[in-house]
Amino acid sequence: MSVLVYIENWDGKFKKLSFELISYAQGIAKQMNTAVVALSIGNVAEEELKKAANYGASKVISVNDPGLNQLVNQAYASVISQVAVKEEAQVLVFAHNMAGKAVAPGVSVKLKAGLVSGAVALPSSTEPFVVKKKIYTGKAFAYVTIKSPVKIITLAQNSYGLAENPAEVYIESFTPQLADHDFATSVIESNKQTGKILLSDAEIVVSGGLGMKGPEFWGPIEELAGLLGGATACSRPVADQGWRPHYEHVGQTGKIIAPNVYFAFGISGAIQHLGGVSSSKIIVAVNKDKDAPIFESANYGVVGDVATVLPVLINLIKEVKGQ
Amino acid sequence: MKILVCISNVPDTTTKIRLAADGQSIDLAGVQWIINPWDELALSRAVELKEKYPAVVEKVTVINVGSKETEPVVRKALAIGADDAIRINTVPGDAYFVAGQLAAAIKDQAYDIILCGIESSDNNGCAVGAMLAEMLGIPSVSSVSFLDVAEGNICLNREIDGGYEKVQTSVPFVAIVQKGIAIEPKIATVRGIMAARTKPLQVFEPAGIDALTEVAAYELPEAKAKCKMIDAENIGELVDLLHNEAKVI
Repeated sequence: MSVLVYIENWDGKFKKLSFELISYAQGIAKQMNTAVVALSIGNVAEEELKKAANYGASKVISVNDPGLNQLVNQAYASVISQVAVKEEAQVLVFAHNMAGKAVAPGVSVKLKAGLVSGAVALPSSTEPFVVKKKIYTGKAFAYVTIKSPVKIITLAQNSYGLAENPAEVYIESFTPQLADHDFATSVIESNKQTGKILLSDAEIVVSGGLGMKGPEFWGPIEELAGLLGGATACSRPVADQGWRPHYEHVGQTGKIIAPNVYFAFGISGAIQHLGGVSSSKIIVAVNKDKDAPIFESANYGVVGDVATVLPVLINLIKEVKGQ
Repeated sequence: MKILVCISNVPDTTTKIRLAADGQSIDLAGVQWIINPWDELALSRAVELKEKYPAVVEKVTVINVGSKETEPVVRKALAIGADDAIRINTVPGDAYFVAGQLAAAIKDQAYDIILCGIESSDNNGCAVGAMLAEMLGIPSVSSVSFLDVAEGNICLNREIDGGYEKVQTSVPFVAIVQKGIAIEPKIATVRGIMAARTKPLQVFEPAGIDALTEVAAYELPEAKAKCKMIDAENIGELVDLLHNEAKVI
């Protein structure tokens, strides 16, 4: 018996997200009186694999097959299902991110295991097995009962946090049985920005809306994000008008984020926008319209013109940071 | 080439969510129903591809799992430009149930590209597309933000952290699509709406499939504390609050 957690790596390294997942899996393992097995797919050094022990994994299984360096939905689902069977996993945990959404459903079909996507807490009970998840993009929650013997959960990012729980760890390599049809898709070209903080990883996000007046006024947004070590984002109309790239669009149909702080400059806060950012711990809103709906969701609000507020804010934050 | 677009019937995204008095269901009285936004983008691209490459794209079909009440949304999809439609006559259960119904209905039909939105705006399950592919034993490509079929060659991009990848795949396959596949949904024209009335809409009876999950209860989020308003002339106070109260900078 075990709780199996799939931990993705980025160029051979784990992220905070990976450790949050192990912490969460350890929470479930405690409830069910069992142990956590972490599964890594790809080329990850032993030193990095051992870090899983800090959060409670007692075994790390490493599958290092050159064919698996790119995410291939079928092949990954096949590998993870094989490991789940071998480890007699009762519960499987994935991140509710690109890879988790791509792979967990296939595993669900292979193992005939009920899936709850976007869980926000530990199971509220394990018999029956009930998990709380977001629905309607955070406008409500559902408590979902998984009826199958094996259960699968994808965890919404930043909804559990890190819990250190050092364990003795055993690292094992595993060679899965894969067929040609598992590799019916392949990556022919990769275009990736490097060196920039990703929106999904950022603890601080600085975002602008139509109130910024035009793409030429984005300098202060980028400056503030740089100053705080954060990422930049924007509202849907800003992306649709081509002021900013689409991957920066946060909101219901764009990216759903949950940073520590979300700065909304010149964003009125349509309900679809709030759906994408409402899980932020702190929301700071600056808008010239005192009746803008963003103020209903914000923790701190300023009614004012972004063009005058932003430079002042940047200078004062520089002072706090001693720059 | 035949394209199938899976569409889900969801409450308008501006709907204020209320619980029924017993907390056991969502109060859907008076709700406006729409095509799930990502499915609508998928459909928009499918129709666009058919208009652009009539020699390549032979037909665009939409399929929906839903009772008679979802038919207006299916007709809307026909008005936007799908050629025909299938409705599987049952109330959708969980993602496994819906994917199972879709798989049973289409397993013997030769669709080359099956498009599914990345998630539905009601249950946020993000699972039907990849489940369907697994059930059909065909590949799936997730987070697809670009699809083209010029001269019958399939070009696909999927979004990854900080960029995108060009992906190739065997056919048939399921493309799980997100924003970017189309930017704005296609609007039905008056002619489209007229034509939709007579386009074929087949009703299939459901297959015997059991859902693996069910909702035990619903809850609304706690009301957020009132926003602290800071004078625009006193941004120092904001910085002080962020630094000392919220301790986030």
